Amino acid sequence: MTESNYDEIMQLLCDRLSGLTNSDAQITPETNMISQLSIDSIKLLNLIMEIEDTFDVSIPINALTDIHTVRELADLVHKIKSAS
Amino acid sequence: MNLLEKLDAAAAARKSLLPNGVGAFGIPIEEIYSATEARIGDRRVLLLGTNNYLGLTFAPECIRAAHEAIDKEGTGTTGSRMANGSYFGHRALEREFAEFYQCGFGIVFTTGYQANLGTISGLVGPGDTVLIDGDSHASIYDGCILSGADIIRFKHNDMVDMEKRLRRLGDRVETTLIIAEGIYSMLGDQAPLAEIVKLKNAYNCILLLDEAHSLGVLGETGQGLVEKTGLLKEVDFITGTFSKSLCSIGGFCVSNHPQLEQLRYISHPYIFTASPSPATIASTRAALVLLSKGSDLRMQLWNNCTQLYSQLKETGYLLGPDPGPVIAAILDTPQQALQLWQSLLEHNIYVNLILPPAAPEGKSLVRCSVNAAHTPEQIKYVGDTFSKLYNTI
Repeated sequence: MTESNYDEIMQLLCDRLSGLTNSDAQITPETNMISQLSIDSIKLLNLIMEIEDTFDVSIPINALTDIHTVRELADLVHKIKSAS
Repeated sequence: MNLLEKLDAAAAARKSLLPNGVGAFGIPIEEIYSATEARIGDRRVLLLGTNNYLGLTFAPECIRAAHEAIDKEGTGTTGSRMANGSYFGHRALEREFAEFYQCGFGIVFTTGYQANLGTISGLVGPGDTVLIDGDSHASIYDGCILSGADIIRFKHNDMVDMEKRLRRLGDRVETTLIIAEGIYSMLGDQAPLAEIVKLKNAYNCILLLDEAHSLGVLGETGQGLVEKTGLLKEVDFITGTFSKSLCSIGGFCVSNHPQLEQLRYISHPYIFTASPSPATIASTRAALVLLSKGSDLRMQLWNNCTQLYSQLKETGYLLGPDPGPVIAAILDTPQQALQLWQSLLEHNIYVNLILPPAAPEGKSLVRCSVNAAHTPEQIKYVGDTFSKLYNTI
């Protein structure tokens, strides 16, 4: 998978997270989705389903245990997409 | 933030939703009068927030069986099923559940929660996959997490979405467990079992159906959705609980696969806990007999369900798609739900309040659970009160 695909994943995550949060905070790759954006667990799980559909991949929700920042989530999606 | 400060933050968030300090969660029941009435504070209230679907909590047969078991076998087993906790009653109840479902094998667990935890974590492990409905009960999520298998969710009751996710799994479908529920506890809707079975067979997966809320409620003899749809033989594993229609506490899994027996040696939630008390087992055995012969109770239950569902719908409340014993009014905000819940309590009606993220799609629920022991007059009073309060929220 190319760098442009990674950028596409990052852009999609930032756009969707911005629609899910009430916070005015600028969303960057280092933004913590739980502590800074207060995204609840169900919203995050629904976002994962949307990402699965967009990139036609399976993302196990237990893989999210160690994911805190937007960059970590983008890395996970990129890794799964690259392996598929 | 240290560990205790994290809990303080959670407490503050909870308080912000419940500014008046009303105890909507864990409300103290001071006295219980019957299957339909109790005292909360100084109010005698109608109970519309229990899972007592057949109204059997005070059934004389069950009470007598529990008394006799205490007299003969004492108050507890004090041990695991693996050690000293498998009495005659535990083994008899397992046979009776297997016979009830016309299956070869049955296992009893100490709670319904542990039935899902123990069955799921026994069936799948790291490297396997579980495909679960997005609205699954916490016991299913927790069982999947305990198993270490990869967890994939499909959109609630959406078979196009489910097939898409099965297709993506490729060769991994061979080690995939699909999990659905007979009746979902939030909105009271039923799984599209015929379509799930079709996909399960097309992709050659294993299917587990949790009949926790549908046992005693659906089907001629109360087996649940498997009986209502005639698909009993198509479901690989059925789990359920004693704490709803059977009016005690405990859980079970039945199957025609002999491999179910292996769970007794590998499933931690089965092994590392004390077995159900003799009184619990005895009352459950008596209740299972009443449940299987209880077509009159089911008729009364469904009369009550359709009466309340129709009245709430006609009033204008947004409800789940299927009438049934779980009738949830769907509200946009937690404040609206709290206000309705509080007003109902002031009218001496106790229902369940469910706030996000527990409620689906960010909504809030005021959930009624109807039972067979409610009289038509009680149901009418509840319906009329909901109607009266409609314009106040």
